[in-house]
Amino acid sequence: MIRLSTEPFEPGALLTRFAQGRSETGAVATFTGIARAEKGGTQILELEAYPGFTEAEIGKIADQARTRWALDDLLIVHRIGRIAPGEPIVFVATASGHRRAAFEACDFLMDYLKSRAPFWKKEHGPAGARWIEPRPEDYADAARWDAEQETP
Amino acid sequence: MARVLLFGPLRDLAGWRERELDPPPSSIAELRRALAAEDARLGEALAGPGVQVSIDQQIVRGDAALSARSEVAFLPPMSGG
Repeated sequence: MIRLSTEPFEPGALLTRFAQGRSETGAVATFTGIARAEKGGTQILELEAYPGFTEAEIGKIADQARTRWALDDLLIVHRIGRIAPGEPIVFVATASGHRRAAFEACDFLMDYLKSRAPFWKKEHGPAGARWIEPRPEDYADAARWDAEQETP
Repeated sequence: MARVLLFGPLRDLAGWRERELDPPPSSIAELRRALAAEDARLGEALAGPGVQVSIDQQIVRGDAALSARSEVAFLPPMSGG
């Protein structure tokens, strides 16, 4: 399931619900991204999505993950709107029979979310506001999976 | 009545986020011309590198026809989450 949330969410509660009632899953991996204060440089992070389009594009990434790994389930929750430092911004959970698939799919989903997901991010700080693009490391992280797929 | 949506830095540059055009432009090219005639800086930014266009939430490349109820979005380079 993929969800955009304008309200803060509690990662622990999401994990509890996600892990419930699974007798064959064996492994659940999660990642929680938290908005950074950048030592006072960021007072508020503003995240804009294109409702409908953003979920659909993330859905394509999720479909790729389901193709590459044997997943029982996955959950992606992403904050949008104004986010304060310290607040969770993204939560990804993957469920699989074994840990390796769960870990890798979670890592893959995060790399794609960080570099290619249709969000526009604005940082509001003491020096004003600026729009942010992915860092070179984010592109490099995502490219790892492209390279792996091409390897026979 | 066609709807036009701007995202990210394009929204800041234009000073609006959403508009309805009546009569609707017949194509993306005509829409670009209409927006550029009103605001040259916006027209230039919409043609800038990495700006993608969608019609009814499907990315299109180059020119495309619009219907009276099309929703067109200009999507600047995405930030990721």
